[in-house]
Amino acid sequence: MPHLMTTKLGGRYPDAAGHFGPYGGRFVGETLMTALLDVEAAWKSAKNDPAFLAEFRAMLRDYAGRPTPLDCAERLSAQLGGARLWLKREDCTHTGAHKINNVVGQGFLARRMGKRRVIAETGAGQHGVATATIAARFGFDCKVFMGAEDIRRQAPNVRRMELLGAQVVPVTSGTSTLKDAMNEALRYWSGASADTFYVIGTVSGPHPYPEMVRDFQRVIGDEARAQFLEKCGQLPDLLVACVGGGSNAMGLFYPFLDDPCEMIGAEAAGDGLDTPRHAASLCGGSPGELHGALTYLLQSDEGQIHEAWSISAGLDYPGVGPEHALLHDLKRVRYEGITDREAVAAFQMLCKYEGIIPALESSHALAAALRAARKRPAAQNILVSLSGRGDKDLDHVTRWLKEHQSQNSGVRSQNQERADRFGFPRHGK
Amino acid sequence: MNRITATFQKLAAQQRKALVGYLTAGDPNPETSIEILRAACGAGIDVLELGVPFSDPTADGPVIQEASQRALKAGMTLTKTLDIAARLRRESEISIMLFGYYNPLFKYGLERLAKAAHAAGVDGLLVVDLPPEEAGPLRAALQGTDIQIVFLVAPTTRPDRVKKIAAETGGFLYLVTKAGTTGEGGLDYEAIRKHAAEVKAVSPLPVCLGFGIRNGADARKLAPMADGVIVGSTLCNVVGQAPAAPDLPARMTGKIRDLRVGLDEA
Repeated sequence: MPHLMTTKLGGRYPDAAGHFGPYGGRFVGETLMTALLDVEAAWKSAKNDPAFLAEFRAMLRDYAGRPTPLDCAERLSAQLGGARLWLKREDCTHTGAHKINNVVGQGFLARRMGKRRVIAETGAGQHGVATATIAARFGFDCKVFMGAEDIRRQAPNVRRMELLGAQVVPVTSGTSTLKDAMNEALRYWSGASADTFYVIGTVSGPHPYPEMVRDFQRVIGDEARAQFLEKCGQLPDLLVACVGGGSNAMGLFYPFLDDPCEMIGAEAAGDGLDTPRHAASLCGGSPGELHGALTYLLQSDEGQIHEAWSISAGLDYPGVGPEHALLHDLKRVRYEGITDREAVAAFQMLCKYEGIIPALESSHALAAALRAARKRPAAQNILVSLSGRGDKDLDHVTRWLKEHQSQNSGVRSQNQERADRFGFPRHGK
Repeated sequence: MNRITATFQKLAAQQRKALVGYLTAGDPNPETSIEILRAACGAGIDVLELGVPFSDPTADGPVIQEASQRALKAGMTLTKTLDIAARLRRESEISIMLFGYYNPLFKYGLERLAKAAHAAGVDGLLVVDLPPEEAGPLRAALQGTDIQIVFLVAPTTRPDRVKKIAAETGGFLYLVTKAGTTGEGGLDYEAIRKHAAEVKAVSPLPVCLGFGIRNGADARKLAPMADGVIVGSTLCNVVGQAPAAPDLPARMTGKIRDLRVGLDEA
């Protein structure tokens, strides 16, 4: 039976200081405090301003292509022989992922604050592309910080950002991946906050970002809830979304928190939760503070941050949004690890049975949904956030399949090369 | 009395300015680091900021980032940093602050840290990414010890907030001289003079200026504006330029004497 909360969760968190129970907060150097207090004040006034909300909704409709469809995956469901799967089609938005919802909102906020420049961090490049997109639309100067290692792995997105007029700044500090890109964006912002707005891509970072990004992303859940009630006359039994930082998951879950619906957050388990090569901060990490918030992290026993690993660059982050940390502790959402192998299998299933190429990130949610659907009766309904489309991942999946078919033939995988380079120490508990 | 407070009282009585020096513990390795720190303490710094290395130092420029990386590669930890503090304490009455980021302290356990830091003879804590609003748990853990928490005021901090921070800080107030990260150069002396005067007008605490100070000449220019200067990157650079040099302690002594002379001439 679905989890029953004794107290309402919707609207309860965060508190005035940005805390989600013991998580969240605003842990930054003093130089950034004023910038964050300004963003918070602007956000507080904007979210209660009907004109701001009307502009936001209009641009989501006309530019981003909302509402996105709610689509029943009939053939895939029949194939599984269990519960019925429904897809919230965020892959149908402009730029091909839910990331656009948040950057449209932050774009309006930056303009409202009179900022002419925006910066962003990116791992796979999806949030970088989304930010570059709205920067072009709003006429902002745009810098995207990206790890040198990721620039090498995600060349097509680098070209997209540059085409859209953004400057991609290579980050070579630390491990040259997403966490280092975020470090560098924070460093840059602390010297440039007077005229620059930092567009954070997920429900992570210092207050008010986790709350603000969730509120921009809740359009996913608000739409899905209304669409589901209209089509089925009832609520879904289970919601499933992937969790890296966790913005599409928070967006889907938030409007359902006080409903009798079960929820699963699919974390990237990489090579497996019993290995150090994963990105599952909740399933395989421990509480700590990084990038401005207390949350669950992949870290050593001494509190040094570890690199995350996943086939999906968008889930490749050693932290997670603080609201997920709370929902994990409260057991309101069940977080499960999905390995690279399971994600690729789900990716192939959706291509084959529904004619939809999902992002590797979203394939983690699908894999968790497939696992649940097989165990449930046909009368149950499972709603999956299909957070993005997978065109960007075709080369990567093809290469992965080739490497994993030839594992015994002496071909060294990218995974192994990267493991050699960075060492991947075991995460502390 | 807390050693930091006593140090500033003594310096004020002598009409001298404080030299606060940051060095990353364990850089370039734990053994050499102790020699370098001994040299630094003997060469004229008044307050030692002992840096706890962290993998993701978001407020630091390249020089201190690299110092942290060298120390971590050499196996440095918070436990070993506390050992170094305890060794220095046995040899000297210099004021010692732990300086670092919140996560290694949080992970170690705040109560456990308070006990261990007190036992090691640590006088203060400066946690870069812990503003007063989030410092409640650390403050509670430090109850019953004489350890003070030092907070920072930045060029971006607005006047009403300066008052709030000044009311929360212990020992002295760390006034950041420029927006951005730690690192040498890029100082606007007129803006710093004005800001320091504004801060001193609302707080009776000693005020020290840090970020961007390269040498004795910079220190001399800044000294009249406040009660002391803080140097970090310029000291870490002594190690960074030649981590394998056999005479690092002597180089550090030379660097600090230059800064000390600059300050004392002001």
